[in-house]
Amino acid sequence: MTEETKPFEPVMIGFTCNWCSYRAADMAGISRMKYAPNVRLIRLMCSGRLDPTFVFKAFAGGADAVLVSGCHPGDCHYATQNYKAMRRFYLMKRVLNQLGIESGRIKLLWASAAEGQIFANEITKFVEEVRALGPLNWNKTSAEIPVETKEEVTA
Amino acid sequence: MSNKPKFAMYWAASCGGCEIAVLNIHEKILDVDAAFDVVFWPVAMDAKYKDVEAMQDGEITLCLFNGGMRNDENEHVARLLRKKSKIMVSFGSCACEGCIPGLANFSSIKEMVDTAFTTITTDNPDNLRPQTSYAMPEGIITIPTLNTVLKTLDQVVDVDYYMPGCPPESHQIAAVVDLVIAALNGKAELPPKGATIGAGNSTVCDECTRKRHEKTIKAFGRIQLTHTDPELCLLEQGIPCNGPATRSGCNARCPSAGAQCIGCYGPAEGVVDYGARLIAAFASVIDSDKPDEINQILDGLVDPAGQFYRFNLAGSLLRSSKSAQKG
Amino acid sequence: MQRITIDPITRLEGHGKIEIFLNEEGNVANTYFQIPELRGFERFCVGRPVEEMPLLTNRICGVCPEAHHMAAAKAVDAVYHVEVPPTGKKLRELLYSAFYATDHTTHFYALGGPDFIMGPDAPVAERNILGVIHKVGLEIGGKVIQMRKYGHTVVEMIGGRKVHPCTSIPGGLTKGITEEQRKEIETMGRWAIEFAQFSLKVFNDIVLSNKAYLDLIVGDIYTHKTYYMGLVDENNRINFYDGKVRIVGPDGKEYIKYEPKDYAAHIAEHVEPWTYLKFPYLKNVGWKGFVDGPDSGVYMATPLSRLNAADGMATPLAQAEYEKFYSTLGGKPVHQRLAIHWARLIELLYAAERWVELATDPEITSPDFHAIPTATPTEGVGIVEAPRGTLTHHYWTDERGVVTKVNLIVGTTNNYAPITMSIKKAADSLIKKGNVNEGLLNMVEMAFRAYDPCFGCATHSLPGQMPLEITIRDTDGNPIDVLKQFCE
Ligand code: SF4
Ligand code: SF4
Ligand code: SF4
Ligand code: FES
Repeated sequence: MTEETKPFEPVMIGFTCNWCSYRAADMAGISRMKYAPNVRLIRLMCSGRLDPTFVFKAFAGGADAVLVSGCHPGDCHYATQNYKAMRRFYLMKRVLNQLGIESGRIKLLWASAAEGQIFANEITKFVEEVRALGPLNWNKTSAEIPVETKEEVTA
Repeated sequence: MSNKPKFAMYWAASCGGCEIAVLNIHEKILDVDAAFDVVFWPVAMDAKYKDVEAMQDGEITLCLFNGGMRNDENEHVARLLRKKSKIMVSFGSCACEGCIPGLANFSSIKEMVDTAFTTITTDNPDNLRPQTSYAMPEGIITIPTLNTVLKTLDQVVDVDYYMPGCPPESHQIAAVVDLVIAALNGKAELPPKGATIGAGNSTVCDECTRKRHEKTIKAFGRIQLTHTDPELCLLEQGIPCNGPATRSGCNARCPSAGAQCIGCYGPAEGVVDYGARLIAAFASVIDSDKPDEINQILDGLVDPAGQFYRFNLAGSLLRSSKSAQKG
Repeated sequence: MQRITIDPITRLEGHGKIEIFLNEEGNVANTYFQIPELRGFERFCVGRPVEEMPLLTNRICGVCPEAHHMAAAKAVDAVYHVEVPPTGKKLRELLYSAFYATDHTTHFYALGGPDFIMGPDAPVAERNILGVIHKVGLEIGGKVIQMRKYGHTVVEMIGGRKVHPCTSIPGGLTKGITEEQRKEIETMGRWAIEFAQFSLKVFNDIVLSNKAYLDLIVGDIYTHKTYYMGLVDENNRINFYDGKVRIVGPDGKEYIKYEPKDYAAHIAEHVEPWTYLKFPYLKNVGWKGFVDGPDSGVYMATPLSRLNAADGMATPLAQAEYEKFYSTLGGKPVHQRLAIHWARLIELLYAAERWVELATDPEITSPDFHAIPTATPTEGVGIVEAPRGTLTHHYWTDERGVVTKVNLIVGTTNNYAPITMSIKKAADSLIKKGNVNEGLLNMVEMAFRAYDPCFGCATHSLPGQMPLEITIRDTDGNPIDVLKQFCE
């Protein structure tokens, strides 16, 4: 296969919290649930520790998409930190959108430790969505991408 | 010619305000005159560009360079002055982080030029655009080529120090002049290369005298649509103020005058991406756990990226020349 | 064909570039004055909240940020359909008057004036602020510094910052002034009036009483019979901050007077593909190229234009000087470009008088400096007189007050065509049959300085600083002679 005809394999970074979502991912791994291998997971203690800088660095470093995941609202080990993550996420998504990064390239996913299958399915779905978007195009200006602020949180 | 150290100041794509700020150190300018041979400073004296070309490398002791890199000409002069200067200071927000003209990095050059040449008063029946090289009946005439993105000075040449501000405050300029003169006389030491000079190490909030409580808000406001309390933190009143992520050094000038800090001193010490830091800061004041309500509150922030990258887009992780070139 | 490039040092300087082409006989065939830069404000202000326009557009020019701040402030008031309370208006105009006095001082003493004070024949090395101080004395140098300091102090007191003020918002300002500040402002203003009178005396003693200088002013070389533009109050007196735009014809009679919001019906901008800057002209007269006369839409906007376009000055001392100006120069209108310097000093006096008038206004310390807008924002135009010409800002927004479109016609741009014409005229009269008179550089530079072109507005160079170099080339493009303005 030549370089041009190779199907596009998106490079994706996923941030998980130590307590729920990482365990969900872990469980998905242990029980050999299949999910697309495109996502490199980075474990934080809590989704509330997610500094938007990490996400921006991921994109600047070549990621085509970023996943942010944590415990379900109400279940955070550090009480309300995942609400903080949620507020950051929504604002971040709007800013990225204005910077020319399509809304579809960043996703928030709540998963409990028991939701390995859901986690695996969501990741596979996300990879397909990003594949459809194609590689991140830095030269796109905000005027050229659809403005989208409607939020959709999964699981 | 005396053997005093040599001083130069130059503007690339700049508004000239940095030069005015230097002139505004008033009598102190005489200290500059006494301590240095001013060899190149287009605003204050005849610019002997050819003389600069003829200089030895490193012959200029101190060069204050302001303005961004908008076209190939700007870059050429930046390279020349870098070569000839021992200490190259990236002076002012334009050189350090792109400043307001860096907002152009939200758009393409084509969008920028198309807009300028199709405004309602533009009489342009043939839909002309400026050509960098144009054949007139008498011969070819040329103008510089615009860069696809506005670059900061350090994206083009190596820089020794950064001096932020749009423009840098005159009292800070005076302090830096004193420091350099003292260092030249062996009475002080210059900071390590790459340091930010003429500014503080904390944030504008730290210098701000407005009263602060735990910041929680149910709505973002617009400064013209309310009577703000002159004593209370503006962000607490819902007015988008960039103080939390902005470097100190100006004595919180704008909040003291009733206006929000718009961020001209750039990222505070240690901040990697200015906008990312502000996302964290602004998100944390929102008083809601409900997705719908959070988004409704965020709707009150009509231009978050413009708000967070007003001065810093050309220096940002995602819209600097480096990211733009990845294509 | 012979070609002469007058390039501010080299094309690498980014200041502006003049190309002169000669015809077969060795006379001037054409001249091109090129502006090398475009920063794109009209594009990147789109998407921003409209209340930021006074802050963003400041950065068009650091020499006259106050002008952009004010034009933007008036445009955003108009966008919100809000009437600024009297105190708000007066505070803005007070800031603006102090700025004007400062800016005109800088120009006269540091930039344009040295040509006169030192004399056009003085070595270039002496035709600068230091030369001026040597000639007229250190004491005057101190006064100039003092004047600039006072002006900036007022700008900072009302505008929050010395460069790039931050306090004007839709409906007024974010702050007022205290009685203590008012007193200080008044004292500085009274000093400014004396300083302005003193400056006019310097001009009188050094320039007007010297026949050679006077001849230079009234001479033909920089005479263009164009239209003139300026902002006037309801009595057709000059106002820098507010009023209607009045345009008089080359005969000095009113051609039209319009509300700022109607500017687009009267002004259009001609495009040439060899420069990044456009050439504004009077739409209903039409673009006829770089020519003067009543059939050419070329107009000028400078201190002289404002004097020509108005019926007088609104303050007594300045009015007396206004009358003297026209009686000395033979009535209205005055077409000689070098008279701009004198006109500038008359405006300096007016600005100082207005400064004191406003500082002593009983309403100036009222806390009623801001009216909260209640209407839905739509579209608005703001026009002020920048020192270097009428400045127009026009914004459109959506219903949230987010900018959707911007149009700017900045001060110096108004004069792009007339400056080009002055350059051509100087070239025409000093290049004959392939012989280039040594005085060419001088004359071109003086033309520049009279207009005080601030291509900071269009690009970034400061007024009057146009170190020039002319390269004369033979038909093969080889340089046969180089004339340099700057000293070795
Ligand atoms: S940093 Fe600000 S003051 Fe300095 S040149 Fe840039 S816009 Fe002007
Ligand atoms: S957010 Fe603004 S107003 Fe509040 S403390 Fe910080 S600088 Fe001051
Ligand atoms: S308060 Fe902010 S915008 Fe104002 S001068 Fe200071 S750093 Fe700049
Ligand atoms: S611990 Fe999982 S989100 Fe906080």
